[in-house]
Formats: sequence, C-alpha cells, structure tokens
Amino acid sequence: MGFIDKQARSLLLTEIVSGLGLTLRYMFKTKATINYPYEKGPLSPRFRGEHALRRYANGEERCIACKLCEAACPALAITIDAEPRDDGSRRTTRYDIDMTKCIYCGFCQEACPVDAIVEGPNFEFATETREELFYDKEKLLANGDRWEQEIALNLNADTPYR
Amino acid sequence: MVEFWDIYGLPTAIIVAKILAIVLPLLIAVAYLTLYERKVMALMQLRKGPNVVGFYGLLQPLADGAKLFFKETIVPSGANKFLFLFAPMLTFILSLIAWAVIPFDEGMVLSDLNVGVLYLFAISSLGVYGIVIAGWASNSRYPFLGALRSAAQMVSYEVSIGFVIITVLLCVGSLNLTDVVKSQDGEYGMFSWYFIPLFPMFIIFFISILAETNRHPFDLPEAEAELVAGYQTEYSSMAFALFFLGEYANMILMSAICVVLFLGGWLPPADIAPFNWIPGVVWFGIKIAILLFVFIWVRATLPRYRYDQLMRLGWKVFLPFSLIWVVLTAGFLIVFDMVPA
Amino acid sequence: MIISTLAFYLFATLTVASAFMVISSKNPVHSVLFLILAFFNSAALFVLLGAEFLAMILIVVYVGAVAVLFLFVVMMLDINFSELRQGFLQYLPIGALIGIILMIELLLVVGGWQLSPEALQLSSAPTVAMTEMNNTEQLGSLIYTQYVYLFQIAGMILLVAMIGAIVLTHRQRSGVKKQVIAEQVYRRPEDSMVVRKVEPGQGV
Repeated sequence: MGFIDKQARSLLLTEIVSGLGLTLRYMFKTKATINYPYEKGPLSPRFRGEHALRRYANGEERCIACKLCEAACPALAITIDAEPRDDGSRRTTRYDIDMTKCIYCGFCQEACPVDAIVEGPNFEFATETREELFYDKEKLLANGDRWEQEIALNLNADTPYR
Repeated sequence: MVEFWDIYGLPTAIIVAKILAIVLPLLIAVAYLTLYERKVMALMQLRKGPNVVGFYGLLQPLADGAKLFFKETIVPSGANKFLFLFAPMLTFILSLIAWAVIPFDEGMVLSDLNVGVLYLFAISSLGVYGIVIAGWASNSRYPFLGALRSAAQMVSYEVSIGFVIITVLLCVGSLNLTDVVKSQDGEYGMFSWYFIPLFPMFIIFFISILAETNRHPFDLPEAEAELVAGYQTEYSSMAFALFFLGEYANMILMSAICVVLFLGGWLPPADIAPFNWIPGVVWFGIKIAILLFVFIWVRATLPRYRYDQLMRLGWKVFLPFSLIWVVLTAGFLIVFDMVPA
Repeated sequence: MIISTLAFYLFATLTVASAFMVISSKNPVHSVLFLILAFFNSAALFVLLGAEFLAMILIVVYVGAVAVLFLFVVMMLDINFSELRQGFLQYLPIGALIGIILMIELLLVVGGWQLSPEALQLSSAPTVAMTEMNNTEQLGSLIYTQYVYLFQIAGMILLVAMIGAIVLTHRQRSGVKKQVIAEQVYRRPEDSMVVRKVEPGQGV
C-alpha cells in the first residue's frame, strides 16, 4: 500500500500542484510594496537613525560633557573635548561623530544620563561627499532642533519600558 | 517587365507583407512578455512589479530595449569574432522562421507545409546551435560550461518531445498543422481537444518545452550561482538583446506549438453563441497567453533542478514513459479501429 | 522554372564548397560547422526534389542530433594542431596511392556500368504519383510493407550498437548513494520529527 501510495504521489506531481496552488493564492494577496519616497513604512519608537543632540525647553544644551557616550562607543566614532564655560558650567567645546564609523548600536543614547545624544527617526541623510558625514556639534544640535518633536514623542512612547 | 512583376514581384511583395504581419506583432508580444513575466512574478511574490515607466509600467519594455540598444557591444579579445556575433543572430532567426508554419486561424498561415510538424521539430532542434556556438566562440570558461549543459539538456528533452509529437500524429494521421487542429474539432468542444485524451502526454510535453526553452526549473545553462550567466556571460548590448528576444520568442513559439497540438489551435472552447463570435486568432492568442502564464507561474514556484536530476528526469522518466504511451496509443487506435485514414 | 534551376545550382555549389571546407579548414570546430552547412544545403536539395520528408529528417537527425554530438566532442578536444600537421606530408605517397587505386576502381565500375533500358520505369514503379499520396505516406507505405524486414534489421543493428556501447562503458560502482525522489517527496514532518517537552535539568 505504502509503495503504491508513494508512486502515485510522485506520478501525479501532488507536491508540485500544491506548490503551484500556494503561489496562485499569493498572487491575489495584498502587496507588500510601498511607493517609497511618497509612502513610508511605520517605524518603531526605538528606531536608531541619525544622531541628534537635544536641548532643554529653555534652549540650554543638555550635554554635560561626561564623555560616557565616547567611552561606550564600540566603533570609536565619537570625539569629545570639554572645558568649563564662562558661567562655570561644564560643556563640550567639540562633539564630533564620524557617521562613516558609526554602527548605529545605540549604546551612546543608553549611556547618556541626560538624554542629550539620541538616535532619531531620520534615516535619509545620504550625502554626496564623505566629508559631509563627519558631523560636528553644530550639525548635531541642528538635528536636535529639527527632530525634537519626533524624538520627544518617541522617548515618551518608550518610557514605560526603560 | 510587367510579366516579370506579375510572376515574381507581386508574390514576393505579398510574402514579405505576410512575414512582416507575423514578425512585428511577434516582436511586440515578446517585449510585452517580459513585462507580463515581471508583473506576474511580482504579484506572486507580494510585489507590484514595474509601475513607474508609463501607465501601469506599460512603457517599461521600450525603456529596457532602448537601454540595451545604446549600450556598447563588447567582443572579448580571445573570441572568434564572426561566430561570436553570428550565434545571437542564429538564435533570433531560428525563433522567428518557425512561425512560418503556425496556423493562426483556418487558412491563416504563411506556408501550409505538408510536413509542418517535422519542420517545427527540425527548427527547434537547431536552437541548440546558437547556444553551443555562443559558448564556444566566447572563448571563456563559464559560457563554455553553460553551452555544454544546455546543449545536452536540449538534446535530451528533444527525444521525449519527439515521442509526444508522434503520439499526437498517430491520432491525427497527418503532419500538417492545419490538419492537426482540424482533427480536434469534435462535437464536445474543448473536451475533444487532445489534452483530454492524451493528458499525460500534454504534461510531459509542457515540462519538456520548459526544458527545451531553458526556462525554470530547468534553467541550468544560466544558473547564475554556478555559471554566472551561462552562455550569455560575455554578451552585451544588442547581441545580448538578440539572445533575450530569441529566448522569449521561443517561449511563445513553444506555447503556440503546444496550443496547436493539444489545445485545439484557433478553435473556440465550445461552438456556441458567445464563444464563436470571437475570431480564431484571438482564441489562439488567449490560449498562448494562458500557457505563458503557466511558464511564469512555474518559474515563480519551483526551485532549480540539479543537473543530474534533470538528466534523470529526461532519460529515465520521460523517455520510457512517453515511449510506452506511444505504444499504448497505437495499440488502442488499432484495437478499436480508430486509425485515421 | 528558372528560379528552381538557379536554386539548385546555388545549393549544389554551396554543398560542394562547404564539403570541401570540411576537410580543408584548419580549425576542427569550423569543419563541423561547415559540415552542418553541407547538411543544410543537401536538405534544400531534397526539398527541390519534392522529398520534403527526407529533408526534414535529415535536419532533425543529422543536424539536430548527430552533428551536435560531433561538435561536443570536437569542442572538448585540446589538440596542438601545428604539431599534428608536422608529419602530414610523409603520409602523402601512401595516401595518394590509395586514392589512385580507389579512383581506378571507380572508373572501372562506372565505365562498365550499363543501365537497362527499362531502368527508369523500374525505379519509379513502386511509388504512387505525387498527386495521390504525399511524400511521407509514400515512404511509410514502402518502408512498412515491402522493406519491413530490412527496416527492422537496421533498427536491430542500431540497438545492438547502443547496448554494446553501454555495456563497454558502464561500470558498476559500489558504495554510491542514490537519491530516491519518491521517497523524499513522501516524507512528512510527522514521520521524521518528534516534539518533546524537555524538563529543566533532565535532558531528553
């Protein structure tokens, strides 16, 4: 019986027919393609994209130059120099991220005690030259100003799990 | 002079016009077959396929063609230049000249040859030369291996195709393709087409033409993981485009042969009111489109065969099976006295 | 009529020319390709004779199968042709001798040949006129009636040759694993997999 059954199955191509049936069913399913530059897929609040340095609501920059992010960075992409400012508070004079080195692991934002360095939701920052990817403090702060709303929302959404 | 024109000039002009009437729609069909393939494959893989160039991607084949046309033709320095450029032309020409005997409708055929089936068989058996010559003339390893593979593959599957054709011919009693279609014009409409009584042969024929046209799952000659692009590796620009066109025209041709042999050619599925209003050419085209859909469907479904499995299938499964079926059919026809006159 | 005469001379010239190229071209692959060209032109000659079945069979069998195998073998050859050609001339005397003997024999045979006056009627006697039966049917009705034994014997000889070739080259190897596809197709997850609950610290 088993023999006949086996031979009949291979002769009648049952496996191939069922495979063909599967692909035919998939033909009528909803398509996964999105029209990218005009449509975008959903992003998780924990998405790790382009870096940004945030400010407090009063405009004061958050970063206190503790250099924890620099120490945490596995790719050695972050370089920080610090000096006391005129008012005596400790601030960075230089905060560079080499985006060509960065591996987007998110250790910097985890290490940060004041939520100053974060990885925002932006992933469309391709440039024409390599040099444009060596971000300095000015660029990072500008990013922070630009993406503050989204970053704040994302951090808020992720708060219960931190 | 007038006499000369009447005897030779006018018939030649008519024949040229007929040839153009076949070749031009065929080339357009080939172009849109590529789009058809990409669309259907995309749908089966939950994608949308080309939809940017033109409305619904309809101008995509033209864009592809223009791209290939403006590329540079590169002839490798160690290649045999004449044969290297001859091979794609051969492939392309062979895929076109076979259409001379295909009946699109009753009487709508360029040359109603007495041995039409044999002519088709001969032309399709020549297709292997384009590939072998391309592989050899490229003077490169991958194309050569690809050419050897595909030549062996095409020769193997031709044997079973031959037996399948013989089975059909036994039932028809003629080698003329118009007669083949007419003999399927029974009283049961589509149920008297040969794909019902000769169903196993139909399946074998279909699988064999997949192998014959080097399509998935038998696209060993161009298995990119092993052989780069097989015999096409060294080709670029229009030389490549000719191979490409030839391959796709061959797909359409093989589907047309399959339609003529098994699916009743231009006959409507039933000889009743809404069906027989549609002209036969349209039915012929619809049937070809359905078969081409199955070509693509199979491509989207099945993984590639290994080479030894391919050879096993051809020689150890299809050949004995089709041979037995030829004997059975002949015996059946004789026992029940149904041999066509 | 003039067209078909012209076509005959065209094809005949091409046949002879390509046959000459088969033996004279330096590259054996080119030789095979010229051989194929010769086959084609002879097929065209058959068509001109009204023997379209033979023409197609010539192409299917010789061009489509035999010549492909020739091409295979020749393409795989890796011969240094200049080396091969070095001692070529030393065979010239004996080759010429054999050629001359053959030519004398042929001349003797052809010179002494006499066609009987009825020969023309005899040769066309067994076939029916082209108008009644086409070429294919004529051939079939001859091969399967009058010449059926010869036909069968020819088939037998081919079969014996094939079996001989297989017997000579096939070798039985032990310890080769063979794939049984039906077996693989039949395999279900239920037959080959067991899901076990593994308690911590106890193992399976």
